This record gives sequence, structure tokens and C-alpha cells, in this order.
Amino acid sequence: MNSRANITSVPAEPLVIKPRVADFKKPLVGILKKWKTFLISRFLPPLIVMTILVGVWELTCSRPDASLPSASAMLEQSWELIVNPFYDNGGNDVGMAWQILASLERVAYGYLIAVVVGVSLGVLIGQSTWALRGLDPVFQVLRTVPPLAWLPLSLAGFQDSHPSAIFVIFITAIWPIIINTSVGVRNIPEDYRNVARVIRLNGLEYFRQVMLPSAAPYIFSGLRIGVGLSWLAIVAAEMLIGGVGIGFFIWDAWNSSLISDIILALIYVGVVGFILDRMVAFIGNRVTRGTSAG
Amino acid sequence: MAASYLQIEQVSMDFTRGDLTSHVLQNINLKIDKGEYISIIGHSGCGKSTVLNIVAGLLRATSGVVILDGKEVNDPGPDRSLVFQNHSLLPWLTVYENVALAVNKIFKHSKSAAERHEWTLRNLEMVNMTHALNKRPAEISGGMKQRVGIARALSMEPKVLLLDEPFGALDALTRAHLQDEVMRIQSELKNTVMMITHDVDEAVLLSDRIVMMTNGPSATIGEILKIDLPRPRDRITLADDPTYNHYRHQVLSFLYEKQRKVDVA
Repeated sequence: MNSRANITSVPAEPLVIKPRVADFKKPLVGILKKWKTFLISRFLPPLIVMTILVGVWELTCSRPDASLPSASAMLEQSWELIVNPFYDNGGNDVGMAWQILASLERVAYGYLIAVVVGVSLGVLIGQSTWALRGLDPVFQVLRTVPPLAWLPLSLAGFQDSHPSAIFVIFITAIWPIIINTSVGVRNIPEDYRNVARVIRLNGLEYFRQVMLPSAAPYIFSGLRIGVGLSWLAIVAAEMLIGGVGIGFFIWDAWNSSLISDIILALIYVGVVGFILDRMVAFIGNRVTRGTSAG
Repeated sequence: MAASYLQIEQVSMDFTRGDLTSHVLQNINLKIDKGEYISIIGHSGCGKSTVLNIVAGLLRATSGVVILDGKEVNDPGPDRSLVFQNHSLLPWLTVYENVALAVNKIFKHSKSAAERHEWTLRNLEMVNMTHALNKRPAEISGGMKQRVGIARALSMEPKVLLLDEPFGALDALTRAHLQDEVMRIQSELKNTVMMITHDVDEAVLLSDRIVMMTNGPSATIGEILKIDLPRPRDRITLADDPTYNHYRHQVLSFLYEKQRKVDVA
């Protein structure tokens, strides 16, 4: 036995060392090459498409009778706003960053309340058939009401624009969160419930150890839809309530015929919405890692 | 009449949906002694899993009672731990955490944190799974998942261990290997075991008694076969053993002559 082991181990040694020396240079070159192909494959296509789009924009809007500013004209006209996102002249006259942050603050309040209430209600109607039968028709009707239709009612109720805007965000974001959570809770495999019953987990333990992780993929897809909808709603709501915020900034720019400022604001809105979506998706991926795999 | 460790008395089960009532089980009577290994065998759909679920407390019998160690079974509990066919480990927990979840809950007051940790490891050691403590179920093979499932069930120190076709989803080689492991563990721990199976060899190899069920509807216990083979049993020597083959023959003839399923192609 022993001699046999020796024979096999001796020739194996140089075999291991040799490729190691040769491998030493390989990773560096390999990493560079990998990065190059990654950059080319990922960043080149969007770059080309962007260039073409901006080119078309520039060409179509450069004619003297064009009603919208061209790309270069927009840069020129809104240059002050682009380079000074953080200026503050008091009142509504603040930089783009403050406008966006004001909107984000409203979204944050409304969305967080929607997350707490939505997940709770989703768990309730996912767990109880009685609650599902009672609440589902109400939800199905209410969720079709467009966000802005709630605004006058909430203004009447709260007598103040700030909580009204938050309420509109809340009522917009909550439906997909409720519905997805309840589907997730309903889809907890029977086996997981049985395991919990055998080891006699109590309600709170079951909620934390089984229900939340099991339903997490569903909950997070609801949260992702919800954050997208609340960002859609905030712009429209702010146009009506006024004050600092990206929505009213757009409306204000339209009233002052500053079309290039509107374009700049739209770019901001798009980029921030994209970041919000990716943030929720990122958190979801981290939290639900391993959850969906059987 | 002396009371047995586990008694199933006059258990019947009906499932009702709307106006339709199907009688699944009728008059099941079974007495199991402490330390006995019982297999329940029958064609699919005969209600053998229903029997197990009633003993587990996951289902309530329409009539009749199950008495374990002098107490009536009404709800699920750790004294009747289950090994499920599809392992049903929680996929977001690691191998260690899956067992620890049960251990920490059941021995919360009776063991210290260090003892619980020790106990979790000991049970995983028993099924040879200590090499994968921090792996998630998705990262280990089907046989390994089932080992962890068995470790979790054993860790509850059950009065009776319920196995629901525990090796059904495994390939033949892994299955044989795991059957040997279960026999080894059983010889150490002397658990009372109730196993559902549809594998004749598995039933004869592992059991002290085989309970053969008639076909549904209104399935009941057809015959009970006592397997009088010395332990430890070895599958290779038993393959040529006339007594072993005699038992096999008896189970096969019950399943395929007396209770032949006509509606199965």
C-alpha cells in the first residue's frame, strides 16, 4: 500500500509545479483581455446607440423653425443648472439635486409606509381565506384608480399638500406589494408548513423563519414594481401640489418656456428612476439568494 | 390486552369535497412495539401516506384514535418526527442551520446553547454530513439532502420516526447506500420506525414487520408479515438467502396477485 502511494506521488509533483510557473503571466494578460472584451461587449453598443440618438436629435432640432431645442442648444441654455446642481437661492429657486432630493424624500416616506402596510396586508390575505374573500374585491377595484385621482381627495382630507403627496405615493405603490406578498404567502410549499408544524414553531417564529424567506422572491418583485410606480406618480403629483420637487420644477419650466430645462429634468427623472429600480433589485437579490433554488 | 407503544385503533379517513365523499381508509388497526421497524407497503393511491400523516398529526382521522406512549395524538409534534420524500429542507438555510432550527426550538429550555450546538453536530455526524455544514441544500446531492433530512428528524429525539418513502426520489445506488446507513443508525439508536415504501426489497431488508395494505377506496390492512431475519442484515448475503426470498415472494404475491391494480397499465 505504502509503496504504491509513493510511486504515484513522485511523478505528480513536477506536474503540479510546471504549469504554475507558466500560469503566472497568464492571469495578468487574461484579466486585461477579459476586461477589454467586457468593456467592448457591454459599453460599446449603448455608446453607439446613444451617439446616434443624440445625432438625430441634434439634426432634427437644428433647423431654425424647430419647436424644441437641439442637443447643443439645450446644453448651452441649461448650462448653469447642469454645472451647479447644489445652488440654493431660497424658495423654489434651488439646484436640480435639491429638487430631486425633495421628490425622493416624499417617495421615501410614501413608499416605506406602503412597504410596511402592504406586506402586512399581503400576509393577512395570504394566510386567511376569509380576509382574502373580504378584502380582495375592494383591492381589485381600488387598485385600478389612477394615482392622481386620489390627490384631490387626499388634499381635502389632509388640508395640506405635503402629506397629500405622500399619500398618493403610498396608495400607488401599495397594490403590487399587497398582491405579490399574498401570492408569495399562498405559495409557501406545504412541506415547509409541515416542517414548521412538526417542530411547533409559533406564529412569530413561523413568520420570520419560514414565511418571509419563502415569500421573499414574490415580495421583492412587488417592491420593485411599487418603487417604479411611486416614482411615476411623484412627478405628476408634484406638478399639481407645487413647492420644491422635480415635478413642479418641470411644470414651472414649462410655464416659463424653458424647454431645455424640461429636457434636463427628464434626464434626471429617468436616471433616478433607473437607479431606484436597480437598488431594490439589488437588495432583493442579496436577500433572496438561495431562496428560490430547490 | 396490554397497551402497545404505538396503537392505531379503528382509524378511518374520509375526504369530502362538495357532495363527494371518498372513503380512503377504513378500520385500520395496528399495534407497534417500542424499537420496532414497521414498513407499510401498498400500491400508490392506497392511502399509506394518509396513515402516516394521521400518525404524524398532520391529518385528523375521521374516526378512530392513534395512541403513542399512552397519549392520544391530536396535532403534529417533535415526538413524531418526519422524513419527507422530497427532503423538504428549507433552501435558504445551510445544512447546519436546517438541523439547528429544529434543535434550538425543541431543546430551547432543556439544553444550553453549547449543548444544542453539540447535539446538532452529533446528529449530522451520524449521517456523515459534517463536511457540508455550511452548504445550502441546492449545493448538495439528493442523497445528501435526504441524509440531512434524516439528521433533522433524529435530532428531535422522536418517540417514533416516520419515514415517508424516504428513498423514493433517489437513484438505486444511493438508495442502497442510505438504506444501509439507516440500518446502522437503527441498530445504534433502537428507534421505533414507521416507514412508507413501495419497494419490496427495501421493506424486507429493513423491517421487523411489513404491513401490506389493500387497494383503495376504503383501503385497510390486508396482511402483516413478520420478517424473522437476524440482524445485522447484509443485502449481498441475503440475496441468496431462501428465507429472504420467501418473504419477498410473499410480499410480491400480495401486491401483484391478491391486490393487483387493474386500472394501472
